[in-house]
Amino acid sequence: MLFEKIKMKKLFRNKPAFCALILISIIVITAVFAPFIATHDPSAQDLPRRLSAPSAAHLLGTDDLGRDVFSRTVYGARVSISVGFFAVLITLFIGVILGMVSGYFGGWVDSVIMRFTDIMLCFPTFFLILIVIAFFEPSIINVMVVIGITSWTGLARIVRAEVLSIREREFVLASKMLAVSKTRLLFAHILPNAVSPIIVYAAIGMSAAVLTESGLSFLGLGAQPPMSSWGQILMQGKDYIYVAWWLSLFPGIMILLTVLSFNMIGEALRDILDPKDSKI
Amino acid sequence: MFNYLIKRLIYSIPILLGITIITFAVMYCTPGKPTDMIADFNIKVTSEAKERLVRLYGLDKPIHEQYWNWLKRIVALDFGNSFKDGRPASQKIIERLPATVLLNVLSIFLMLIVAIPIGVYSAVQRYSLLDRILTVMVFVCFSVPAFWIALLLMIVVGLWFGWLPISGLVSFNFENLSFFAKMWDLAKHLILPLVVSTLGSFAVLSRYIRSGMLDALRQDYIKTAYAKGLSKKQVIFNHSLKNALLPLITIIGLSIPGLIGGSFIIETVFSYPGMGRLGYDAIMARDYPVIMGIGVISAFLTLLGNIIADVLYSAADPRIRYK
Repeated sequence: MLFEKIKMKKLFRNKPAFCALILISIIVITAVFAPFIATHDPSAQDLPRRLSAPSAAHLLGTDDLGRDVFSRTVYGARVSISVGFFAVLITLFIGVILGMVSGYFGGWVDSVIMRFTDIMLCFPTFFLILIVIAFFEPSIINVMVVIGITSWTGLARIVRAEVLSIREREFVLASKMLAVSKTRLLFAHILPNAVSPIIVYAAIGMSAAVLTESGLSFLGLGAQPPMSSWGQILMQGKDYIYVAWWLSLFPGIMILLTVLSFNMIGEALRDILDPKDSKI
Repeated sequence: MFNYLIKRLIYSIPILLGITIITFAVMYCTPGKPTDMIADFNIKVTSEAKERLVRLYGLDKPIHEQYWNWLKRIVALDFGNSFKDGRPASQKIIERLPATVLLNVLSIFLMLIVAIPIGVYSAVQRYSLLDRILTVMVFVCFSVPAFWIALLLMIVVGLWFGWLPISGLVSFNFENLSFFAKMWDLAKHLILPLVVSTLGSFAVLSRYIRSGMLDALRQDYIKTAYAKGLSKKQVIFNHSLKNALLPLITIIGLSIPGLIGGSFIIETVFSYPGMGRLGYDAIMARDYPVIMGIGVISAFLTLLGNIIADVLYSAADPRIRYK
C-alpha cells in the first residue's frame, strides 16, 4: 500500500498531470450536474433568436434552431464522458481476457487469438466503425459498443506479453502448488501484477474514444438529435460556417481539453508506473 | 532475407483469408438485402421478379457457397457494380485513387520534413525551454480533433482572410486555365487538407524520433565516436540519427493503408474527391460493392505495408535477425 501512496503522490506532484486531473474532474462534474449548470433547456428552441452571437443572454450564442450553445455544450459533456467510459470498459473487458487467456495458456489458443488480433489490426478502425454505425442505427449505445470492440487489439497484445513473463515467476508456481483454481490464479494473482499497463491503456483509450465519438457525431453518425454532443454542434458549425463561428469554436475547445487531459494523465501514469521508461 | 520474405508471405495467407471472411461477415450480417434497394422501393416489381433477382445475385445459396463465389470475384478485383450508378466498383475506386495518393504522399513528405528536425532538436537539447514548448505543442497537435482544426482554418484562412479555397481539389474554371495557373490552383486547394492531415501524424512521429534519438545518444558507440574526437554535429547526424530513423521504416510502412484509404473525416470536411470521401458517400448510400472494395483493398494494403516494413527493417538493421 505504501507504494500506492508514493505513486499517488508522484501523480499529484506532476504538474501537467495534476492540472489534467482537475480539468477532468471539472468536466465529469459538469456532465453529472449538467441540469444545474446549464442556463437554458438544451433543446428549447428560440427561433427569433436563431444563430445569434455570444451575448449575456446566451453565453456561447445560439444555433440554427435558437438553442443555447452553452447549455448544449454542457450537456455534450455527458455524451463524451459516458461514451468514453463505457467504450473503455468494453475494451478492457475484451482485451484483458483475450490477452490473459492467450498469454497464460499458450499453444493453439494463443495462436488463434493472436491471428485474430492480427486480422483486426489490418482493418482501418474508423472505416469499420463507420460501416457498423451506418448499417445498424446510429446511436450512442452503438458508438460505445463499436469503439469498444474495435480498440482492444493493442491491449490484448500488451496483456499477453505481461502474462507471458509473470507466469514464469515463483509465486505463480507457489499458487499452482496450493491448487488455486485457474480462474483465481489468473484474476487474483496474475492480473494485479499486470495492472499498470492496463491503467495507462485505459487513460489513452478514453482520449481516443472521445476523439472517435466526436468524429462520428461530426459526420452525423453519433449522438442523434435532440441529444446534443460536441461533435454534433461542430457539424452544425460546418453547415453555418459563413455566419456562426461560435458554433465551430467552443465545442472543439472542450474536445481538445478533454482529450489532452486524458493523454496527459496517461503519459504521467506511464512515467510513474513503469520504472523502466521513467528516465526518458 | 529471401527466406524470411517467403515465410512472411506464407504466414500472411491465413490473415488474408481472415480479412475476407470478416468483410464478408459484416456484409452478410447487415440488415437488408442488396436487392431491396431495387425491388422494395418499386411497386412495379412483382414478387416473382424479386425472387429472380435474388437468384441472379446468388443470395438464395448457402452461406459458404456465397462466400466462395464472392471470394472468386474478389481475387479478380471484381467487387460488383455500384448500386448508385451501376458502374463497376473497382473503376470508381481507381478514379479516386490519384487524388488521395497525391494528398498523402505530400503529407508524408511534409511530416518527415517537420518531424525529423523537431525530434532531433528535442532529444539533443532535452529539457531546454524550446524542447518543453515543442513537447506541449506536439501534445496539443496529437490531441486536437483534425476536423475541428479544419473548420477553424476554413473559417479564418478561407473566409475571414479569403486567402485559400475551402473545398474541392480544383476550381470550377480549372479547364480553361493555363498550365501554371492550373498548378497554382491545385496547390492552393491542397494547402489546407495537407496541413490538417499532417498535424496529427507529425506529432506522433516527432515523439518517436525524439525517444529514438535519446536512446541512440546513450549508446556506447556514441561515447566512442566522441572519444575519437568527432564533432558534435558529426556524432548527431552520422552516428545517432541513422539509428534513430530506423523506426521510421515501420511508421511509413504503417501509413501505406492511410495512403490509399485516405482520411474519411478530412476528405469529407474539405469535400476532397478522394477515396475517403468515396467511402463515406458509399457508406451513407449503403453501396455495398464500393464499401467492400475499399475495405478489402485497405486491409490488404495494411498487411502489405506491414510485410514491406518488416522486411526493410531486417535489411536496414543488421542487429535484427529473423529465424
